[in-house]
Amino acid sequence: MELTRYVAIGQYLPRDSVVHRLDPRTKIGVTTLTMVAIFVIPNFSGYGLLAALLLGLFVLAQIPLGYAARSLRPILFLLLLTFVLNLFFSGVRDGTVLLRAGPLLITLEGLRRAAFIGLRLILLVVATSLFTYTTSPMALTDGMERLLRPLRRVGVPGHELAMMMSIALRFIPTLLEETERIIKAQMARGAEFQRGGLLQRARALLPVLVPLFVSAFRRADELALAMEARAYRGGEGRTRMKELVFTLEDGLAWAAALAATAVVLAPRWLGLP
Amino acid sequence: MIEVRDVHHVYLRDSPLEATALRGITLTIGDGERVGLIGPTGSGKSTLVQTLNALIRPTDGTVLVDGEDIFAPQADRRRVRQKVALLFQYAEQQLFEESVARDVAFGPRNLGLPEGEVQARVREALLAVGLDPDRFGPRSPFTLSGGEMRRVALAGVLAMSPRVLILDEPTAGLDPQGKAEFLRLILRLHAERRLTIILISHSMDEIAQVVERVVVLDEGRVVMDGPTRQIFARAEELERLHLGIPQTAQILHRLRARGLPVRTDLLSVEETRAELLRVLRPA
Repeated sequence: MELTRYVAIGQYLPRDSVVHRLDPRTKIGVTTLTMVAIFVIPNFSGYGLLAALLLGLFVLAQIPLGYAARSLRPILFLLLLTFVLNLFFSGVRDGTVLLRAGPLLITLEGLRRAAFIGLRLILLVVATSLFTYTTSPMALTDGMERLLRPLRRVGVPGHELAMMMSIALRFIPTLLEETERIIKAQMARGAEFQRGGLLQRARALLPVLVPLFVSAFRRADELALAMEARAYRGGEGRTRMKELVFTLEDGLAWAAALAATAVVLAPRWLGLP
Repeated sequence: MIEVRDVHHVYLRDSPLEATALRGITLTIGDGERVGLIGPTGSGKSTLVQTLNALIRPTDGTVLVDGEDIFAPQADRRRVRQKVALLFQYAEQQLFEESVARDVAFGPRNLGLPEGEVQARVREALLAVGLDPDRFGPRSPFTLSGGEMRRVALAGVLAMSPRVLILDEPTAGLDPQGKAEFLRLILRLHAERRLTIILISHSMDEIAQVVERVVVLDEGRVVMDGPTRQIFARAEELERLHLGIPQTAQILHRLRARGLPVRTDLLSVEETRAELLRVLRPA
């Protein structure tokens, strides 16, 4: 029943590496570029190259490779489902038949396609997890805020969005701790949460949710007051303790990312298989 | 009677966040005893009391309530929790119903009691904590003052008709008058219902006022266990654990250090006054 202790917030792994030091904007940009590449790359050799690059980056960032595998755990089921669906229902009907059982048909082309889509999912998750392993949630929101700034003219409240995100992240552990305490307090009064049908279980959550909401609202009120007491008036004219600056490393990272994209995509542009 | 036998508890065993909370606690608490549980932050007090009513299953060791192993597969956890009630820190935050009476009724309803019995228990519990059931019963708990809310929470626990009442820092955040009232309430419950009281507190004055026996925990072990007077006479050991002693005992200890031949094992203000007069007044 130790909720808080079983939930790790974010996956940031603090290390002293080049990848960690990069400006969050660079990392957001490069990750986005990687995602685009993953969707554009048409063949296995391109994916092989990309996988090798990602592996290299994990080593550079001093993140044990086990963590790359661990990031796949939550999507294991989705991965399997996608693979199976693609295997049987890829629509490829006239390829080399590997297996035929009643209405089910597996072709070599279908298998290849299923493997390709599976690989695509894996690469997407591993690439984004590299980003979250090396970027603290704070750096992430700072980067987002800065990237959204040009959109202010068209009414996108970048600062407010970023502030909301940081506050939400800050309060996740607090709320989890509180949830645990309230659950236990109600259990001490004989409440059961694992008994009965769906409706009964949903109703059993009421004694937990009501106090949780009450205290969340109270906390929000207090926080707003505390922020205003320190003259918070939104992002207008606010300076920050850590200014984001592009360094030579960022420039190199961008250059490398663009070069890598070019290399990975080159076969397609050149019309090679 | 509660018997704790060699209880160990490790949070998140075999993970990078592993944390040992209890390292072999053995303790017997008899019926009707008033026991104070003190120790520095992180010494395992809260973990220990949560093992007593099966909210935490210790990684090792057994807990017996009235001779029954509460972690045995056939044990009825709900009955254990009815017998051993726990009032959490800031208990007013557990209130959720639309009226005080309904909130107090939550426990008895969970026990599956008939409606008449539930209502009787609600009245009795509210009266026991000094709230008029007719005046407070229909009100929303969220319109009450902090002290009143906490008493409603206590009533919610008492309505379970427990034999043992565990209180985890019950007076934290109350004003001085609220604190004094709450402590009197605990003593009255003990006197009227013969409840076993287990009190966790950081205030040594409160401990001295309420309990007759003190158990000191440090790093998950029982380091002292004895009658309140004897424990508070060991001022130096307590200070090494960053725990204090009651203010009255502090005065006596300091006077003694300056050469005045006073006793140091006194707790109440009256006793201390009498002792000072005895020593200071020429024969």
